[in-house]
Amino acid sequence: MLLIKCPFCGPRPEIEFAYGGQAHIERPKDPMSLDDEAWAEYLYIRNNTRGVHSERWRHINGCARFFNVRRDTISDEILVTYKVGEAPDAVPEKDRPTKGGAVR
Amino acid sequence: MGRTAVARVNSLAQISRGGPEVAEASLSVLPDAAKFVFRGRPSSWPVAAEAFGVELPQAVNRFSVKGGRKAYCVGPDEWLLEAVGEDPGEIFHKLSESLASHSCSLVDVSHRSDTFEIGGTRSEYVLSHGCPLDLSEQQFPVGMCTRTLIGKSPVILSRTERAVFQIDVWRSFSSYVWGLLDEVRREFPSRSRQM
Ligand SMILES: [Zn+2]
Repeated sequence: MLLIKCPFCGPRPEIEFAYGGQAHIERPKDPMSLDDEAWAEYLYIRNNTRGVHSERWRHINGCARFFNVRRDTISDEILVTYKVGEAPDAVPEKDRPTKGGAVR
Repeated sequence: MGRTAVARVNSLAQISRGGPEVAEASLSVLPDAAKFVFRGRPSSWPVAAEAFGVELPQAVNRFSVKGGRKAYCVGPDEWLLEAVGEDPGEIFHKLSESLASHSCSLVDVSHRSDTFEIGGTRSEYVLSHGCPLDLSEQQFPVGMCTRTLIGKSPVILSRTERAVFQIDVWRSFSSYVWGLLDEVRREFPSRSRQM
């Protein structure tokens, strides 16, 4: 079983988590000013990244909080996990998974 | 307003009756408790702690105890408050009065779940048949609590002593979780109570 590092609880089994779709999608400040195409873009259009993808996960059967993950969609390797509102690059090296995805 | 007295029936009352006695992993139903979920901004935390009479642990997945009351920190701004054998109405009233001017949420969940205990030298082993966590003392010490899974059911698991765990489980899943653990522990020799 994969271990995913929750920023609040530490490494936990993957079955405790739920996938939450692509991360960092901001809701338009003034939806009424958007035309149908732009609104549809916000609602439905997502990247289909081959490589490093930023996505939301929720530790539903743990602390129940949403957080962000950078994952390589080719190898399934998780590069870093970080709290909502945090910058992924600010996560210190010691708190990142080791090469190959093992959680420290 | 009229008040109808409704007797609360523990969801484990039936299934827990007359099972085998297994010293390595005994199962026992714990008394009903008043339970609340409290979430709020940091300024409301000490107010809730003061009104409930138990310190709210700041570390996620830790609980604190005072007498028959417990505060489980199950998320960064979320606590389960538990008072064994007490009336939820009184506690709710006191807490909500103290917290009236604060931005927070308090929900009475006394009737959502029931709690049972597994104790004995093989309780860790028995739980591991359904729970994916590392339950060694190093990773799951006394004083730790967390939401997790046992089989397919969400639970709040806590370790009160080295060989004793408590399982808080939603009423509709409680007989499933009890039955799962009961089946596992039957590999150990038992003295049947009914024979
Ligand atoms: Zn978590």
